[in-house]
Amino acid sequence: MSAEHAAKRLIEEYARGGADLSADEVWAVEAHLEMCRVCREQLSAAVGAGVPAVARLVDSVWSGLEPRLAVTATMPRRRRWSARLSRWMTPTMVPWLAMVVGVTLLTLLLDLAYTGTGEVSWVLLLAPVLPVLGVAASWSRGLDPAYELTASVPRAGLYLVLRRTASVLGVVVPALLVGGWATGVMVVQWLLPCLAFTSTTLALGGVVGVTRAAFGLAAVWAGVVVAPTLATSRTTFALQTGGLPVWGLVLALGTGVVIARRGAYAVLGAHR
Amino acid sequence: MTLSKNTGKEHRMASAVSAADIAPRAYAWEIQATGLKVRVGRNRMAVDGLDLSLGIGVHGLLGPNGAGKTTLIRALATVLRPTEGGLELLGESVGGMGEHRAVRRRIGYLPQEFGYYKRFTVREFVEYMAWLKEVPKASIPAAVQRAVERVGLADRADERMKALSGGMVRRVGIAQAIVNDPTILLLDEPTVGLDPAQRLRFRELLQELGTDTCVLVSTHLVEDVAAACTDVVLFAEGRLVFKGPPDELASAGGPEHVGDSPLERGYSALLLNPEQGRGTW
Repeated sequence: MSAEHAAKRLIEEYARGGADLSADEVWAVEAHLEMCRVCREQLSAAVGAGVPAVARLVDSVWSGLEPRLAVTATMPRRRRWSARLSRWMTPTMVPWLAMVVGVTLLTLLLDLAYTGTGEVSWVLLLAPVLPVLGVAASWSRGLDPAYELTASVPRAGLYLVLRRTASVLGVVVPALLVGGWATGVMVVQWLLPCLAFTSTTLALGGVVGVTRAAFGLAAVWAGVVVAPTLATSRTTFALQTGGLPVWGLVLALGTGVVIARRGAYAVLGAHR
Repeated sequence: MTLSKNTGKEHRMASAVSAADIAPRAYAWEIQATGLKVRVGRNRMAVDGLDLSLGIGVHGLLGPNGAGKTTLIRALATVLRPTEGGLELLGESVGGMGEHRAVRRRIGYLPQEFGYYKRFTVREFVEYMAWLKEVPKASIPAAVQRAVERVGLADRADERMKALSGGMVRRVGIAQAIVNDPTILLLDEPTVGLDPAQRLRFRELLQELGTDTCVLVSTHLVEDVAAACTDVVLFAEGRLVFKGPPDELASAGGPEHVGDSPLERGYSALLLNPEQGRGTW
């Protein structure tokens, strides 16, 4: 699009103070100058050439401003990756994620080293609780010093909960994929309990606080599934393929509750 | 006249004022509470039947420790849900469930315990808060710079927060509260940790903000109120004891009341005899 510009005469008159222009012309030129870079450039040339008084004034303002501007820190060109990462998880999450990946690797080692002891897969046993711990960490008062501020912002609530949960899953699921692939466990066998547990944590978290819900569920899991499995060295029904529809149902229920109660995540209570 | 249409890019400069900015106000008070009750814990009513209307200006929230100031400010920041009664912010009721995103975008909040991330620089932290407050992406860098300059931290903007003194951290807290140009600004004890010179500067900033913002400052420093506030809200045991200009508070006290300044004497007079104070509003 070819832009139209103010006539050179108008700009020169304007630079001289606009005494020879009618009021509507001054007004229009000024409005145009505010928006048009090309004409502003012409104006500054006109001032430099024809109106030394104004040029001197501008120079003196500049020389007064420059030392003060020099003190002001210039903006860095790029932000650090850790700052950008904070949009996906709380800035205090990095050690937790390292721990989760570490535990996954450990379970993998255990599985590979003790394949003879029974039919129990550690990946299967730990898959549901790993993301739950990550989700808990991203909502913990103790771990997130800015929890009260975070609870008060417009982005708080379901949106931020889901965003942080997604990023936890984004780290945990690939790690478990590697583990599952190495030990030969079917993906759906651990992925479904994993997602079901995460959604249940969030659903309960809306009532009692996400951290409490996570630790409660992790304890229930340890008592009801992990302990009997280790005692009998047999995979419990919950983790066999027959249990999958139940996990699917739990996932659907949990997701439904989270969506229905989405207002609950925007208050301080969700951080307990 | 050879005036013109411009290319799109140049045009955007002209639209610095959005439709929301020039829309007429549809409410009488920025903050309006009617019979507001907020429960803390199982059975303690920290705010117990409060009727309060606040408009544009700087309102000092005074009261003894445990009076419920922090709970009231939390309820106004919409992080605590009112147990009973009505609370309207910017004309929208914030009583029930819901995320209140539109209202929250126009609130600035500095909690009493201002938590921050030590490894962030000042700019990164305020940028992060601006993002959380849904400031449009394109205007975040400028908004952050402006907020940081207003609290006088422009020269320290790229330092890590762990290198800052307590007073500077507090100023970062104020910067993050004003980064979204809020209409309601809630500051819970903002002057804690500021030295006298910084406090003077802060009062100036308050007066500046109070020209177009509803600022509620909780404090227990009576002199802050005298210097910067257009209005005093005296709060005790979850109830409003007094609301009015600082002069009126000062005139409530006599020489027989404890205190070093007229305001302090007025403060102790009203708290000693709440019934008398309640009549004045």
